[in-house]
Amino acid sequence: MNYKLAFEVERGDFETAGDASRKIKRTLQQLGISNKIIRKVSIAGYEGEMNLAIHSLGGTILLTVAEKEIDLTIEDRGPGIQDLSLAMTEGWSTAGDEARRMGFGAGMGLPNMQKNADHFQIDSKVGVGTKIAMKFFL
Amino acid sequence: MKLHRVKQLLNAVVLSGESHLDDEVQSGFGCDLMSDVLCFRTEDAILLTGLINRQVLNTVDIANMNSIIFVRDKIPSDEVIKMAQERDLLVMSTKYILFEACGILYANGLRGAYLK
Repeated sequence: MNYKLAFEVERGDFETAGDASRKIKRTLQQLGISNKIIRKVSIAGYEGEMNLAIHSLGGTILLTVAEKEIDLTIEDRGPGIQDLSLAMTEGWSTAGDEARRMGFGAGMGLPNMQKNADHFQIDSKVGVGTKIAMKFFL
Repeated sequence: MKLHRVKQLLNAVVLSGESHLDDEVQSGFGCDLMSDVLCFRTEDAILLTGLINRQVLNTVDIANMNSIIFVRDKIPSDEVIKMAQERDLLVMSTKYILFEACGILYANGLRGAYLK
């Protein structure tokens, strides 16, 4: 039986950014998932959540817990990424001053999401949006 | 090392989570970049930082860290302190700069958190 949770993240909302990832962490704890996997999912989710607040026009986080894997899908409503290989390069970022004041925007988010996930797929189209699909095997 | 020893070494003020001063800690991580905190094996480590916003608290929670020490005599807003109290998180503040605070703890046996 699958367990699903969905969250909306608004653009520039640094007051509530992090709430969804903390709820994901608590939910996985209640479901009895191992701490090692919870940390990977939580970190990837938090990086994705901060990316939605920093870079996107708003978007959603969808968590699905199945018998053998956890799926985490982060999808936004734009603006889309022009150069994906550049965006996946550690240290490259287009984040503004506010994100940097929060301790983010150093170009570590997407590479760190990829490192934590067992499977990582990113698709983006300028003017449409970006979708990141991650899998964590149980 | 007990956290009350950390408090003593850094002459720190406790802002929340005083009941955790008897807990043990083995490692630390000093950084103002939360993205870097999330890239390292920082579980159960103390975070020493000069950033005092709510995302520092979220980062520590997500990364399963032990506690926070704000350096350079920085005190966060009442709202952030209240949030730390609600989360029962040990948060302290020290007058030492990041370099000195890390050096003092290292010289007394605390070790650094490592790369994944």
